[in-house]
Amino acid sequence: MATKVHMEALSPTMEEGQVVKWLKSEGDGVKNGDIIAEIETDKATMELTARGDGILRVILVKEGGIAPVGNVIAVIASEDEDISEFAAAALAPSDGNGAGPMTSDDPRVEVEDVGSEPVGAVGAPAVGAPVVAAPVGDEAGRIKASPLARRLAVESGLQLSAVAGSGPSGRIIKRDVEAALAAGPSPAVAPVGISPPLAASEADYEDVPLTQMRKTIARRLAESIGPVPHFFLTVDVDMGRAIEARRTINAMLEAEGKKISLNDLIIRATAAALRRHPACNAHWLGDAIRRFNRVHVGVAVAIDDGLITPIIRDADSKGVAQIATEIRELAGRARQKKLQPEEYTGATFSISNLGMFGIHEFTAVINPPEAGILAVGGVEETPVVEDGQVVVRSRMKMTMSCDHRVIDGALGAAFLGTLKKMLEEPTAILL
Amino acid sequence: MAELTYRAALNEALAEEMERDDSVFLLGEEVAEYDGAYKVSKGLLNQFGDKRVVDTPISELGFTGLGVGAAMLGLRPVVEFMTFNFSFLALDQVINSASKMLAMSAGQIGIPMVFRGPTGAALQLGAQHSQACETWYLHAPGVKVVTPATPADAKGLLKAAIRDNDPVAVMEGELLYNLKGEVPDGEDFIIPLGLADRKREGGDVSIITHGPTVHVALQAAGQLSKEGIEADVLDLRSLRPLDVEAILATVAKTNRAVYLEGGWPYGGVGAQIVSILMEEAFDDLDAPVLRVTQADVPMPYNKKLEAWTKPGATRVVEACKKVLYV
Repeated sequence: MATKVHMEALSPTMEEGQVVKWLKSEGDGVKNGDIIAEIETDKATMELTARGDGILRVILVKEGGIAPVGNVIAVIASEDEDISEFAAAALAPSDGNGAGPMTSDDPRVEVEDVGSEPVGAVGAPAVGAPVVAAPVGDEAGRIKASPLARRLAVESGLQLSAVAGSGPSGRIIKRDVEAALAAGPSPAVAPVGISPPLAASEADYEDVPLTQMRKTIARRLAESIGPVPHFFLTVDVDMGRAIEARRTINAMLEAEGKKISLNDLIIRATAAALRRHPACNAHWLGDAIRRFNRVHVGVAVAIDDGLITPIIRDADSKGVAQIATEIRELAGRARQKKLQPEEYTGATFSISNLGMFGIHEFTAVINPPEAGILAVGGVEETPVVEDGQVVVRSRMKMTMSCDHRVIDGALGAAFLGTLKKMLEEPTAILL
Repeated sequence: MAELTYRAALNEALAEEMERDDSVFLLGEEVAEYDGAYKVSKGLLNQFGDKRVVDTPISELGFTGLGVGAAMLGLRPVVEFMTFNFSFLALDQVINSASKMLAMSAGQIGIPMVFRGPTGAALQLGAQHSQACETWYLHAPGVKVVTPATPADAKGLLKAAIRDNDPVAVMEGELLYNLKGEVPDGEDFIIPLGLADRKREGGDVSIITHGPTVHVALQAAGQLSKEGIEADVLDLRSLRPLDVEAILATVAKTNRAVYLEGGWPYGGVGAQIVSILMEEAFDDLDAPVLRVTQADVPMPYNKKLEAWTKPGATRVVEACKKVLYV
C-alpha cells in the first residue's frame, strides 16, 4: 500500500513549503516516523516525518522546490508497486503558474477549433464535438498538456510552465517536452528562489535573503530554545543627564501644560539608535530577514487583563514632546480597549518599561516577528565608583532581548552601546 | 497451410468439430437442404444427417430457445442466424436465458452454445439489414463475442467457440465470405478466445478495430504509410473476453489511438475501449483517443449515402493525422 508524502502544514500559518533537503534518497528504505526531509515553512525549517513504511520510490519536489500544503511531494511504496497514478496526479496542481483574473481573451476559456470537416463519426462526441479546454473556474491557471507530456515532464524533472505547447489551444504534447529537453535546462527548472530584495532605499523595508549560515544558525538556535531563540544583553545606564534634559524640556513645555517622561526620552533615543543600527530594526520572516527603513517603536502598556503595545510610528523623526503626547493618548485609549489594529501592529522594535512598578531589571519576551525588545528597569540612586571615589548616581538597567536568528551578540551590544551613550548624553540623539 | 475462403474455413471448422464431438449440431433457417444462406453449411447435411443439421421455421425466438434447452441438457448446439439482424427476435433467449443460466443455477447448468452468422453492413441491404449487432450481445455479462476478420481467424475462433462451455456469439462479416487467406492445417488449430492479433506493425499511431473493419484499417494504414506514418493495426478478434493487455501495449508504443468500428458510436464498442484507455493508459496518451464509426443514423439505402455513412479509410486517415497533430 503506497503512502503519499504530502507537504504538511508544519506551521499554523504555512500555506506552502520549500524542500530544503531530502534526508532520504529515491530507493532508500523508510520507516514510519523517520525524518525524511527538511522543509522550510513560512516560519522555520521543520522536519518532515514519514507516515508509512516502504521504499522512497519517487521524489516529486526536488530540493529547493516549493509545493503548496497538501500536495504530494514524494511516494513511499513497496519495491514493485505501481505508483504511476500518484506521480501523475501529483504534478497537476503544482503546475499552476498562478491564478489571474479571467479576461475575454484568456486562453483558458477558448474552445478548441475542430474545423468544419467531419473527421469521424457523425454525432460522435469524441470526434465531432467542440472540446472546452478547461473549466472556466479553474483558478490554478491550468496548463494544457497531454497526459503523456505530463508524465514525461515528471520523469525528466521538467516544469511544464517552461514548455511552449504546439498542440490545439497550446496543448503541450510529447514532441514539445522532447524539444524542451533537447534545448537544455530552462531557467524555470531552477529551484524557485527568494523574491529579490527591494533595492530602492525609498522602500519601507529591504528583504535580506538568508545565507546558508544564517539558516543554520536559525535552525539550530530555534531547536535549542524554542521557536524564537532569545538571548539577553544588559547594560547599566547613568541617567543623570537624561533627567536633566527632561527637567529642561519640561520647563520649556510648562507654558503649554505638557510634560515628558524619561520613558518618552528612552523611546526617542531607542528610535535614533535603531536608525544607526538598522540590522536591529528587523523582522524574522522564516525565509528572509526584513530590515525596515522606517522605525516604528511599540511601547508595552499594561491594561486590565493583559498588555498591548501601541506604536509610535517614525519615532526617529518625532520630537519628544510629540512622542509624549502620542503615547499618552494611545495608552489612554489602550486602557479603554479602543485601539484600532493598525495602532498596535507593525512595530519594528518594542520597549517594555516596568520601572514605575519598582522593577530593578528584567527580561522581556520578544513579540514575533520583531527581532528585539528592550526591557527597561527603574532609575535608582546607586553608589558607584568614579575616579576612585564612591559617589551616588541615578542609574538604570536596560536588558535587550534579541532574536539570535536576526541579531548576533556583537550587533546587539553595539546597538545597546549607542543607546547608552544617547541616554547618558542626550544631545547625541541630535547627531 | 491451405488457402481457403472465409466461408470454407467456417465450413471446415463446423465439419471438424461435428466429427470430433457428436454432441455438436447445427440448426437454423435453410442450413440443411439449402446449405445455408451463405453456403457456410455446404455438405454438412449429407455428412452428418438431418438429426445434426436441422432446418428450422422462420422463428428465431423458438429455435434459439430450442438450442438453449438442448445446451442445458448437455448438447452443443450451433445456432445459425441468417444474419444477426434477425436475432433481435431471439434476444430474450440470448440475454435472459443463455447468458444467465450458469449464474442463476449457481454454476450447475452451463450453456455450451454458439450463435453465428453475419453482422454489419454489406451493400445496399437497407437500414434493417445493415446493422453491426455486437453491442447487443456484449452488453450482458455471460455471453462471449468474437469477430473473425480473416479465414484463419474464422476457423480458429469458431472451433474455440464450439469447444467453449459458455454461450459464444461468432459474428462473421457478410462481405468477408469470399475473402481468401491462408489457414493453418489440422483439426487442432484453434485460436483461444480473448487474444487480439496485430495485423500490421507500426510505431506512430494505433488503429484498434474488430471484425470487417480490420480491412478498412489496413487500407488506411497503407495510405498513411505513403506519407511516412506507420500505423499499428490491432484486431481485437474477441470482444468478450477482451485482450486489454494488447490494447495497452499498442497505445504504450504509439501514444495515440483511433478506434474504428462498423457500428454506431453511441454506446459502441469504441466507447468501452476509450473508457479502458482513460482508466489504464492515461499517462501514455499524447492525444485524445478518437473514434471512427458508422454515422449515428439508420443506414440509408442510397448507394452514395451508404458509402458516406460507413466508416471508410479516408476518415481513418484523417483521424490518425488528427491524433498525430499533423
